[in-house]
Amino acid sequence: MLEWLGDRLAALGRWGLAAGQRLGRGTLFLLATLWALPGLLLRPGLVVAQLYSVGVLSLLIIVVSGGFVGMVLGLQGYNTLVGFGAEQSLGVVVALSLVRELGPVVAALLFAGRAGSSLAAEIGLMKATEQLSGMEMMAVDPMSRVIAPRFLAGVLAMPLLAAIFSVVGIGGGFAVGVGLLGVDPGAFWSQIQDKVDVFEDVANGVIKSVVFGFVAAWIAVFEGYDCRPTSEGVNRATTRTVVHTSLAVLGLDFVLTALMFGE
Amino acid sequence: MRAGTEQAMAAEPLVRIRGLHFARGSRTIFDGVDIDIPRGRVTAIMGPSGTGKTTLLKLIGGQLRPAGGSVHVDGEDVHALSRRRLFRLRQRMGMLFQSGALLTDLSVFDNVAFPLREHTRLPESLIRQMVLMKLQVVGLRGARALMPAELSGGMARRAALARAIALDPMMILYDEPFTGQDPISMGVLVKLVRLMNDALGLTSVVVSHDVAETLSIADHVYLVADGRVVAAGSPAELRASEAPRVRQFLEGLPDGPVPFHYPAQDYAEDLLVDGHA
Ligand SMILES: Nc1ncnc2c1ncn2[C@@H]1O[C@H](COP(=O)(O)OP(=O)(O)O)[C@@H](O)[C@H]1O
Ligand SMILES: [Mg+2]
Repeated sequence: MLEWLGDRLAALGRWGLAAGQRLGRGTLFLLATLWALPGLLLRPGLVVAQLYSVGVLSLLIIVVSGGFVGMVLGLQGYNTLVGFGAEQSLGVVVALSLVRELGPVVAALLFAGRAGSSLAAEIGLMKATEQLSGMEMMAVDPMSRVIAPRFLAGVLAMPLLAAIFSVVGIGGGFAVGVGLLGVDPGAFWSQIQDKVDVFEDVANGVIKSVVFGFVAAWIAVFEGYDCRPTSEGVNRATTRTVVHTSLAVLGLDFVLTALMFGE
Repeated sequence: MRAGTEQAMAAEPLVRIRGLHFARGSRTIFDGVDIDIPRGRVTAIMGPSGTGKTTLLKLIGGQLRPAGGSVHVDGEDVHALSRRRLFRLRQRMGMLFQSGALLTDLSVFDNVAFPLREHTRLPESLIRQMVLMKLQVVGLRGARALMPAELSGGMARRAALARAIALDPMMILYDEPFTGQDPISMGVLVKLVRLMNDALGLTSVVVSHDVAETLSIADHVYLVADGRVVAAGSPAELRASEAPRVRQFLEGLPDGPVPFHYPAQDYAEDLLVDGHA
């Protein structure tokens, strides 16, 4: 029994050490990435190309999901509000839910699943096929040529994708609420104009999505760069990217929400 | 020693490796290796798989750091250089990776142009001419528009070779250039290594376990095993060697100083033990 407990404790300790080591490596890697960012000013083309591929990868799923989430919000919100005779406030409910919460969070989760996993796989494959090593031997630094542009593209794309998600979502809510359930369109928009505050709500939502984008892009490029250079290693890297990003985003969302909106 | 290579050794070697030690975890890969790579020659470094041939090339290129000893390339201590100086030195070395390591999202043309675009400010028209010249050398001028995924293994290696000579290096490091090739592309690559060495005035280092092909083009051979140089000399000298290790490697004998069996307990005893492995 005691031996069993000892074994468990030792395993826990080993796991803790490994996790700590990884976190350390990840932090050093992030610093190296940030260090390589200024160099991109000379070569904006690299970032634009990545921005394009990250954006194109994610745009469809962001638009479709945003639409559906907005429509569900419209239905659910209406059903609740109509009990209080407040169904004319549907616009505010939909808009606030999206801008403050669902836009940044769901867009980040989708981003991790679509663009993050593909970034990790791409970098991991470049490592497994010695492309990164080959670049180093050609005296080209993979940090500035491969990692930094992808990281920056992720950070920049996230707020845009979250904004698109929210806008399309509000459209979905409008379609259901106004088109299907008979909410007054004038009330829908004017309530949004009235009650959604640019600083309180929109700016805080943007801050969230910037933080999530930073974390999602960091995890994706790090997992790809740090993977074991085998097909199994690449596979694990993509899975871990999605899992770790999702957990990190949800955890951070709680912290940020508490800081921003909790009194 | 070795009449044929004496002269080349007399001049200062391009690469001088002294007392090299390197370990992966607890496993010793190199345990005091001395190697000289003479200028202008094809030097082969041979040894069984897993002896650390790729590792040796990465140590020469400064991608790995030795635990002890030194590597000098053209008079510069590779592992004492600043990053900037190391990168400048690397521009004068080409390395052909075993897999080719072509950038998968770029065409053959853009792959060969890659080092030129990264390291020079030449106008695009000049880059085009230089790329086509390099591709002509390896016979792939017509394949410039293909993507790496569309190339056969031999073509991928030739494209990588064109990229390795893009910056007109002083030396090329070849990692297993012949392994896994069909007889024709093998012959092409063998011819190319020799041709480029002589026509471009390069120094070539060929790391390989393909005995016949490598001996046919090498001026000088090192045989590495168990972390040490176990034999060195011209191909003729190696062929004439009586040392059992050399004979086993050159003739591909299954058993000898390198045993067929992975170290294990006594066979009879092992079979008699009941229970599990
Ligand atoms: N990244 C690595 N991590 C741990 N061990 C490695 C790594 N790369 C190579 N090795 C080990 O080092 C030894 C030498 O590898 P390598 O230089 O690739 O041999 P060779 O090219 O002669 O076949 C092998 O036993 C291999 O398993
Ligand atoms: Mg090898």
